[in-house]
Amino acid sequence: METLIEFFSFEYPNIKYVVFGTILLSISSAVVGCFTFIKKKSLVGDVVSHAVLPGICISFLASGSKDPFLLIVGAFVSGWISIIVMDAIIKNTKLKEDAATGLSLSVFFGIGILLMTYIQHSGNASQSGLDTFLFGKAAALVGMDLLAFSIIAVMVLIVVFIFYKEFKLISFDPQFAKVIGLPIQRLEVLLTSITVLAVVTGIQAVGVVLMAAMLITPAAAARFWTNRLSKMLLISSVFGAFSGISGAFISYSTPSMPTGPWMVMILSIIALFSFFFAPGRGIVINQWRRFKIQSQLLEENLLKAFFKIGESSGNFFMEVEANDLRLVRTFSSGQLSRGLRKLSTNGYVEKAGNSWKLSIEGHDKGKRITRLHRLWELYLTKYLRIAPDHVHEDADTIEHVITPELERRLEKLLDYPTSDPHQSAIPTR
Amino acid sequence: MIQQVENPALEIHDLTVSYDKKPVLWGVDLTIPTGALCGIIGPNGAGKSTLIKSIMDLIPLNSGYVKLFDKELDEVRKKISYVPQRESVDWDFPASVLDVVTMGRYAQLGLFKRPRRADKDAAMSALEMVGMEKYAKRQIAQLSGGQQQRVFLARALTQNAEIYFLDEPFAGVDAATEKAIIQILKKLSAEGKTIVVVHHDLQSVETYFDWVILLNLRLIGSGPTTEVFTPQLLEETYGGKLTLLSEVGDLVKKGGFHAREKQ
Repeated sequence: METLIEFFSFEYPNIKYVVFGTILLSISSAVVGCFTFIKKKSLVGDVVSHAVLPGICISFLASGSKDPFLLIVGAFVSGWISIIVMDAIIKNTKLKEDAATGLSLSVFFGIGILLMTYIQHSGNASQSGLDTFLFGKAAALVGMDLLAFSIIAVMVLIVVFIFYKEFKLISFDPQFAKVIGLPIQRLEVLLTSITVLAVVTGIQAVGVVLMAAMLITPAAAARFWTNRLSKMLLISSVFGAFSGISGAFISYSTPSMPTGPWMVMILSIIALFSFFFAPGRGIVINQWRRFKIQSQLLEENLLKAFFKIGESSGNFFMEVEANDLRLVRTFSSGQLSRGLRKLSTNGYVEKAGNSWKLSIEGHDKGKRITRLHRLWELYLTKYLRIAPDHVHEDADTIEHVITPELERRLEKLLDYPTSDPHQSAIPTR
Repeated sequence: MIQQVENPALEIHDLTVSYDKKPVLWGVDLTIPTGALCGIIGPNGAGKSTLIKSIMDLIPLNSGYVKLFDKELDEVRKKISYVPQRESVDWDFPASVLDVVTMGRYAQLGLFKRPRRADKDAAMSALEMVGMEKYAKRQIAQLSGGQQQRVFLARALTQNAEIYFLDEPFAGVDAATEKAIIQILKKLSAEGKTIVVVHHDLQSVETYFDWVILLNLRLIGSGPTTEVFTPQLLEETYGGKLTLLSEVGDLVKKGGFHAREKQ
């Protein structure tokens, strides 16, 4: 707790800079990553992040300095070339996108490693620290570096803000965009350029190997929470910013912990959480919903069985043994005990010794389900001309779905019928 | 039977187009009068969509030119509306119905500007025209095929264009949607707008269109439905495939020739 307060009081200016820098870098890659993600170009981020390495090395070799602006120019150029090479391979050879992606990535990265090894063994005094591009160095993000990368990150965000509408259209329907006269070629170049720039700056924090995660993970996680692009950009940048702060904090409180990899770890946890728990799309939520429906079906089927026994015996509130319910419909013993327990908690049945009997509410509900079942059977035979002996299974599902409004319409349509196709009475409401 | 008209809305002159280096349209030469409701008819792979795409400058031409209202495409873009095939986009894209329809107004808005209230209003009234106003807030992935097609049409309607090009608007839609769409198209045509539709179903051609283009790698007919939609010409369009033509096309592709030598 003390570390937390100490951290957020920003007592040491260095912390302030590192936190500010990582947040900015994370947000810019998270925002750009949304477009990469919805254009289904997720792997492009990976290619570019590996392909900037030769550019950085050549830039260093040519200038002999680690001036961040020069390195950025080099990285930007070689990142762009990798994309051009990739597109050229797809266009002019029989190779498909996946092969072209892999090829471009590994060749550029290979050249980068080659150059870096050469530089390391050349005995150049100022080379130390160049290899931080491989794994990032968020914690050392200060001075000129911080300034340079922050300027670029802000530029990237401004471009997205200005061209949001156009980027959205070329991502969704480029053909339409072209027909209404948008300069799609130039917009694509612009979007690719800011993607490369976001990658170049993000590498500062996490390095080339983990960069793709910074670009794609926040977008993929945000997609689970919303169906609108504008909100997706917002959520994605919140995720990015959060990972930036937490990464910086963890490495501050435990000095042996690296910032960049922790940022990616946090992002992955957010993504996993979204994958399982996001409303609407999350797996756990969907499973839970399915489970709820299953147990609703079971309860309603049990009540229907009670009602049927009541119908044939003439006494709806008769005590029924659990096994007697099986004579009406197949239930496993697990289903029986689970369903009956649930029904009694809900007050639809009461336990009397070894037997069970319907409560008034249980009777009413059982009656309604039976009614809907028979109404639907009648509807199927009358309006869909389905034979009476084929309608039962269908009605078994639909009876659980029909709303009171539909029930009234159904009744009216069938002119308030009294018996179903099998001559069983349709219970009145 | 190819009938040319004076002051056409659309003029296609000596158009040859290749797809993946294989020529798929040979020397198409036609004109369509203003206000026509025109169907492009032909078997699968006849080049119907290719024709529309080349009019829209979405694929490069080997030869020939296209003029709309006697002008180049770039001069009249604001008068043109295009409804691509429904399958050409990813409907899982994070956008609402209203978002997509509002995209029709982007051209009028110009670069940098955000959609205004008025643009949303225009989008809403287009949605009302196609009977989809209740779905404005829906995510587009939750729509049926017919509803998606209506959304695409609504997007085109917001452009208030003079000429509409629709690529297979009736493919995979329900009967109610088909009826709703054709009613809107007929209304637009009655207002003097020109409509060009890629169409598959021969049964409905005579009731839907007053102008017909018959296409199968080459132009077979272009003129009023009553004169062009005849058993003879249909036989020529659908019947004997010109095997010679498509074989030559294959050879051109294999040899890496250009369909027309560069001048």
